[in-house]
Amino acid sequence: MPDDYVFPVDSTAILAFAGALGETNKVYYDADHATATPVGGVIAPPTFAVAANQWDADYYLRGVRQIPEPTAAGTANARKPADGPALHAEMRFEYHRPMRPGMRVSVARRPGATWEKDGRKGGRLKFAETITEYRDESGALLVTTRSVSVTTGRPPTD
Amino acid sequence: MAGNAKLTAADLAVGDRRTQRVAEELSRAQIAQYAGASGDFNPIHVDEPHATGVAGYPSVMAHGMLTMGLTARLLTDWFGDDVLKDFGVRFLAPVWPGDCLTVEGTVAAIDVDGDTAVVRVEIRTLNQHDAPVVQGDATVALPAKSHHA
Repeated sequence: MPDDYVFPVDSTAILAFAGALGETNKVYYDADHATATPVGGVIAPPTFAVAANQWDADYYLRGVRQIPEPTAAGTANARKPADGPALHAEMRFEYHRPMRPGMRVSVARRPGATWEKDGRKGGRLKFAETITEYRDESGALLVTTRSVSVTTGRPPTD
Repeated sequence: MAGNAKLTAADLAVGDRRTQRVAEELSRAQIAQYAGASGDFNPIHVDEPHATGVAGYPSVMAHGMLTMGLTARLLTDWFGDDVLKDFGVRFLAPVWPGDCLTVEGTVAAIDVDGDTAVVRVEIRTLNQHDAPVVQGDATVALPAKSHHA
């Protein structure tokens, strides 16, 4: 299966992501410091892979931006859930090698399992799993994520 | 705090527990900052009239991935940089502006195999009402013991 899109990783994106998490660990932004540590240079924080979404032309939560342009095959709303607002139910990262500034990361997604169950407060909860693989230029796996979203058809009442 | 690069599995025991405060009255500004950094501009995170009037929430809501990113800080501050093998959570409850978040990590298992050890950590993050907002686990690869011991 072809990769869905490329995520060019740079130090500004890593700095912005680490900053939004309130990180003070210099390994995420200070190249001199990071080079002297065992990781040998700036690396991205553990959950950084999700920032790749910004380069997904069909990601429906990119806000008002239309760059990159949505693909011909779909629209910016192509993956918008049909069953009302989606919430994030589960997320798992499997780590192989860290993402670093300068990498051109190839991103490939595939749908996983889907299942349903009754909600605590009535209604039917629909779960959908997405597996995403992030690879470097040589094809080596960096990170694999398994994300589970749930649609409730309405916002939770508690 | 930078990661502890010198930590080895010999420094750990099953049941070791650490807590870390990762959000003090979480601000709407930080939620907006995370939206920009992550690219998730879902209006339920950044548009108060939408969050309350259209989606029916009491206010904007933090991204689940913001809470997960904050939760990861306990792991990297405790065990070091680039030592995580996997990290997963379930999102149990929404996080709102004003929430104070504390992460709790507990060493659940240590499996030594030669020079390396795989440490399994149970982790959860609680809000100021002691309600868990995320819960999950992580595995960390560490040297079994220091070469300089």
